[in-house]
Amino acid sequence: MLSKNQDKKSNYFQYVPPAFITILLLIGQLSFGMLDSYGNLVASVVTSMIAELLLSRFILGVWRKNLASAYITGISVGILIRAPMIWPYIITALLAIMSKYVLRYKGRHIWNPSNFGVSWMLFMAPLDVAGLSIQWGSNFLGLAVIWILGLLIVYRAKRLFVTLTYVVSYIFFAYLRSLIVGDTFLAEVSPLTGPMYQLFIFFMITDPVTSVSTRKGRISVAFLVAAVECVLRLDSFIYAPFYALFLVGPVAKFMDLRKNTSVPRVALP
Amino acid sequence: MQPRKVPFIITTIIFAVLLIIMALSSRPGLFHGEDTAIQKEAALKKYGFYLEPDNEQAGIHFRHESPQLDPKIKNIEHLIASMGASVSVTDFNQDGWDDIYFTNSRTGSQNALYRNLHNGKFENVAGQMGVADLNKKGTGVCMGAVWGDYDNDGYPDLLVYKWGKPLLFHNEGGKKLVDVTAGSGLPAWVNANCAVWFDFNRDGRLDLFIGSYYNEAFNLQDLNTTKIMPESFRYANNGSRNYLLENMGNGKFKDVTAEYGLTSTKWTLAAGTVDLNGDGYPDLFVANDYGVNQLFMNDSGKRFVEVGSQSGIGNIPKSGMCVAFGDIDDSGLIGIYNTTITEKGILIQDNNYWQPIQEAVKSPYPKFVNLAQLAGIENAGWSWGAQFGDLNNDGYQDLYVANGFISGKSRRSYWYDYAKVTSGNKEIIGDAKNWPDMKGKSLSGYEMDKIWLNNGDGTFQDVSRKVCPPATYDGRAVAMADLWNNGALDVIVANQNNIPIIYKNIIQNHNNWIELDLRGTISNADAVGAKVLVEWDGKKQMQVVTDGIGFSSENSHRLHFGLDKSNQIDRIIIYWPSGKITTLTNPQINQLHVIKEPG
Repeated sequence: MLSKNQDKKSNYFQYVPPAFITILLLIGQLSFGMLDSYGNLVASVVTSMIAELLLSRFILGVWRKNLASAYITGISVGILIRAPMIWPYIITALLAIMSKYVLRYKGRHIWNPSNFGVSWMLFMAPLDVAGLSIQWGSNFLGLAVIWILGLLIVYRAKRLFVTLTYVVSYIFFAYLRSLIVGDTFLAEVSPLTGPMYQLFIFFMITDPVTSVSTRKGRISVAFLVAAVECVLRLDSFIYAPFYALFLVGPVAKFMDLRKNTSVPRVALP
Repeated sequence: MQPRKVPFIITTIIFAVLLIIMALSSRPGLFHGEDTAIQKEAALKKYGFYLEPDNEQAGIHFRHESPQLDPKIKNIEHLIASMGASVSVTDFNQDGWDDIYFTNSRTGSQNALYRNLHNGKFENVAGQMGVADLNKKGTGVCMGAVWGDYDNDGYPDLLVYKWGKPLLFHNEGGKKLVDVTAGSGLPAWVNANCAVWFDFNRDGRLDLFIGSYYNEAFNLQDLNTTKIMPESFRYANNGSRNYLLENMGNGKFKDVTAEYGLTSTKWTLAAGTVDLNGDGYPDLFVANDYGVNQLFMNDSGKRFVEVGSQSGIGNIPKSGMCVAFGDIDDSGLIGIYNTTITEKGILIQDNNYWQPIQEAVKSPYPKFVNLAQLAGIENAGWSWGAQFGDLNNDGYQDLYVANGFISGKSRRSYWYDYAKVTSGNKEIIGDAKNWPDMKGKSLSGYEMDKIWLNNGDGTFQDVSRKVCPPATYDGRAVAMADLWNNGALDVIVANQNNIPIIYKNIIQNHNNWIELDLRGTISNADAVGAKVLVEWDGKKQMQVVTDGIGFSSENSHRLHFGLDKSNQIDRIIIYWPSGKITTLTNPQINQLHVIKEPG
């Protein structure tokens, strides 16, 4: 059972992130029309929510009332992948939600759902799916609003240190890479100014459900993600942050759960 | 709460199956087939035609050389200097045989005008005609050329567009091309990558649209800044202005761009003109890199109205590289093919085929639906020029798409570096000095061109490796013409920094055909904008006369229709730009008809 304090936090995370990701979507769409198609977004959101609803009933035997996290997953998928057809949006959302119910340890899912779905599709289905990396605009105002809002929200959610650890680590490794490969520091920092990273640092890496239990642990994980990403970048992986989190996040969570037997089980994924 | 065992197992199985299917979905030979090459005889037997490279026999020894640019942008010179290979087909001396003009792009390099000697051989007469040495230091470098009879004297004149000063040549009876740029009203400097002749106000004189790419303030060979790159990969508006030049009738052109509402500063790579709503006035489709395409509807020759978004064609920003017109299902409706970029796992834009919606064809602002995926002609690679033409004369238009960007070191790709910098803020992407050094890397290099054969039901099959020998040049411009006057559409492909390929089309299926060469009298002499509907055997196919279409290319002035085994045409309806209509019944097939507009 959750404590009152935890319950409060949990509620907080249930409603603020959906509102924020919706704002992010609106700013992106209204300022430079970031979506290729509303249909694709609707498909991924609807798939996520229906899958969550049905799987919860089917596997756990209860109708899940709060679909906020499924909503975030759906929107993340709708924004983060690019495909000319609608089916990749449906499949990615489906894989993301299913991963919550299948890939579990001690009653907890260990992958961030959208990170799992997006990473799998980007790596395994490159003929059908691409990422957002080079496809968003460079509107500075929109960017600033998203960063300010995002930082405020992770601050209120007490996850600012995770975001900052990652950003500082990224910048450090960007400098290191620029020395190694000889490209300018700005070229290495460039991806951080893009939209893929806004979603990544405000939603995926700070995801409370798949984070480890201690502050120190979370800082370590954020640093490790940036470090693994740096290695992947040196090997020219365009979607390095997703893959880094895909690799580091579950291992850290697994170790955390294994070590921390007192971590309370939650009823729903 | 513990998961219920059976539902959990069922879900796990479904999950695993989905993961496996997705993992297999991009493997060659499964959901995405990989064809194997077949030989000429087999191709002739199976498809009825074969495209045979014929450079040597034809005596075409031209080789394109990329431009050299300012050392300040040396780090990405290969990326920027990646255009300029163009091909334009014309019958410059009006001897009834199509000739070929290629542009070159390195300072001091020579363009080539190959005169058709009627015996399968060609002779380069660019020097004696005065159109070879056009890459002189300080004047910029050639990017392409379009032929159009701007003074209606019966001989096609020549516009050469450059990253530099555009040049206009008057054709003196097919004997000499005289530089008449001075005083013509052409702009002093344009970093242009396309131009088309068309008569936008239907006054019987060919006007000119020039589409530009890099901002006209830059001389790419002598820069004082490195901030020349697009501000965004998808929403860039810091390209160059375009030019609409009205032909005033005395060898002079007037800049009416702003007056007619063509004021955008996107990164234009191609343009095509055709009357899309049946009001008689040619409309203008503009393909833009780093952003959305634009469709300008011609409001009775008085102004252009941009309707890209409401028509459906201008909503999704892609890298628009080319415009080609086709009628892929013999519906009598002209569709618009627009190439883009697709690179496995990185960027899936997919090419577009915009088919007008039947009910909206006659409305002032028609609407379109993208049929490229349904037709199977969406994924070609890093695509450039494309052209429709009935390669096997079966009565349906096939499609040739040139592919490949930069073939450098084969095992080293620039895509990661490209994605890294283009994901960033405009202050980063917009400055060439922030772009990683290419160090000879490839970027979508070694791609094969696509040849799609029309199945006759609105779909196409990929026969790229089956109807010609494999080639992996960096294709740019494509043109089609019946170079041998034998009723077969040949294909000419200009490749960047390499030799072009002259594909002689060998057809052995005994299908019938007809070719039409239109001559305007009231309309412009080239009859540019004329639409021709050929009806036979329950089918009807529409084609349009253009002076410039594709990417940096111009097709033969003649229109070619395959007829399959039909030995009779019911009728041909010609919609002249002047508004006159000519109907021909039961014309002789398997021959060229030169048709003069009735006075």
